[in-house]
Amino acid sequence: MAESSAESDSPTEGELSRTALHDLHLELGARMVPFAGYDMPVQYEGVKSEHLHTRSAAGLFDVGHMGVVDLHGDPAVVAEALESMMPSAFTRLGQGRMRYSFLTNEAGGIIDDLMVSRLPDRFRIVWNASRKDIDLAHARAMIGDRVEIRPRGDLTLVALQGPTAVDVLARLATAGGGAEVEEMVFMDVGTVEITGVPVGISRSGYTGEDGFELAVPVDAAEGIVRSLLAQPEVAPAGLGARDTLRLEAGLCLYGNDLDEATTPVEAGLVWAMQKRRREQGGFPGDGTILAQLREGPRRVRVGIRPTGRRPVRDHSSLAAEPGGPPVGTVTSGGFGPTVDAPVAMGYVPTEMSEVGTSLSADVRGRPEEVVVAALPFVPHHYHRGGAAR
Amino acid sequence: MDVPSDLLYSTDHEWARREDGRVRVGITDYAQDSLGDVVYVDLPPVGTEVEASAGFGEVESTKSVSDLFAPVSGKVVEVNESLTDTPELINSDPYGEGWLVVIEPSDPSQLDSLLDAAAYAELTGN
Repeated sequence: MAESSAESDSPTEGELSRTALHDLHLELGARMVPFAGYDMPVQYEGVKSEHLHTRSAAGLFDVGHMGVVDLHGDPAVVAEALESMMPSAFTRLGQGRMRYSFLTNEAGGIIDDLMVSRLPDRFRIVWNASRKDIDLAHARAMIGDRVEIRPRGDLTLVALQGPTAVDVLARLATAGGGAEVEEMVFMDVGTVEITGVPVGISRSGYTGEDGFELAVPVDAAEGIVRSLLAQPEVAPAGLGARDTLRLEAGLCLYGNDLDEATTPVEAGLVWAMQKRRREQGGFPGDGTILAQLREGPRRVRVGIRPTGRRPVRDHSSLAAEPGGPPVGTVTSGGFGPTVDAPVAMGYVPTEMSEVGTSLSADVRGRPEEVVVAALPFVPHHYHRGGAAR
Repeated sequence: MDVPSDLLYSTDHEWARREDGRVRVGITDYAQDSLGDVVYVDLPPVGTEVEASAGFGEVESTKSVSDLFAPVSGKVVEVNESLTDTPELINSDPYGEGWLVVIEPSDPSQLDSLLDAAAYAELTGN
C-alpha cells in the first residue's frame, strides 16, 4: 500500500507556523499535517466521527491559521473603501452584523473570499490563511491611503459548530461582554466573556450548521478552548472534517473552487452581491462581472453526485460521455459522511449545468458516471431567527 | 499497533496469510490507522493475474487514495465482496473481516522474502 494521489498537495517545507493551540492538539493526539504554511490537526479520532459529531452535537475547530485584520477610520469612509475592492454593499451594514464577500481582481476573478463584520468602533475582516499575505498587500495598495489596516496577530480564531454549540456557549459566556448568545441570529456579531476574558463572537461558520466563531486573545486561547472541550457536547474536530462538512454544505474552498480566474458569477456567489452593486458596479472587474450577469456565464459551479460508491476528487476532468473531450473539472470531491455517499463540486458549461444532467468523470483513467446535483447536499441549519433582517 | 505473529508482511504494509497453498491478503493495522476512515475499495475481479509489488487495486479514505500492492505474484481466486458496501471493515478488523483478496501464488518462494511480525513491527516503529 502506498499513497498515490493523496492530499499531500501541500509539501512539507521549511518552518511551519503554529497556532496558539498547537501544544493542545498534540496533547489530544491529533494527526498533524502542513496546511497553508501551518502545522494543523487533520483529525483526532477520525474524520467521519468528527464530522458526524459536529452535525449532531458540537465540534471545536482551530481556525487560528486564518487572518484577522481590523479596519479603522470614519465608518462611512471605511465602508466606501471596502466597496471599492469588493462587490458587496457595506455602507448600510449594521453594527453587530457580518457579511460574506470577496476581493476581486481587474478581470473579475476572486483574489480571496472572506467575512467582513462591523464592530462598534471598527470593521473586521477574516480571510483565508493561504491568501492572507496577498490580501493584506492588496488591501493596503487599494485602500491603505484612507483606512488604517491593523493585522490582529494578538487574536486567534476557533469555531464551535453544531446544533448544541449555542447551549455550550450560553453556558460558558457570562453577561459581562454584553451579547446575549441565544438572542443572536446567523451573521450577528457580539462580545461575551468566557473565563473572564472578553471574546468576540459571531453566529457563523463554514459547516452548514448553526454555530459560532470566536476571536480569542492568543494568550487566553488554550484556557478557553479547554473550558469548551470540558463541556460534554464538545469534541475537537480537524481540518479533515472541516473539509467534508463544508463540501456537503456546498461551500467553496479557496484554491479549489475559487481562484483568480473564476468570477463570482461563475462560482454562484451572486447572492453575496447586493442589488445596488450588481446594478452599478464600482469594484475591480465590474465590467466582466456585470456583463456575465447580463449575458450569463459560460461555465458555472454545480454539485456533482457520482452514481457509484467511488469518490471523484478534485482535478478529475468531466466529459459529456465516457472518453469524450473534457468539458469541465471537479474542484472539490470526496466522501460525505452525512450523505453517506461520494459528493463533489465542479465547473461545467452552463448548458450542462441543469440538475440531473449525466456526465462522465475521469477518475485516474477510468470513467465514472456522475450526475449534476443541487447544492447544498445537506440542508443548512443556520439560526436565522423569526424575522428576516 | 496490532501485528499478529502468524502473518507475513510487505514493506508496502500488506499482510499475507498462508492458507493451504493460497495466500490471503489485506492491509495492516498500521496501514488502516494511517489511512483513516476507508470509504471505498477497488479490487480486481476473480481470475486477474497480479504481480508481486505491482498495484492491483486502490483503497480510499475520506481524504486520500492509496494503491494496493500484491505481496506475491499469482491469480486472484477470491475477492472480499462485503467491502463494496462496508469498506469500513478494513478499519474495524484489518486482519479478519477486512481482508482484500486470496491469491493462488505462481511462485510461492516469493513469500520467503516477506517480513515476519518482528521485522514488520520494527519497520513501523513498534
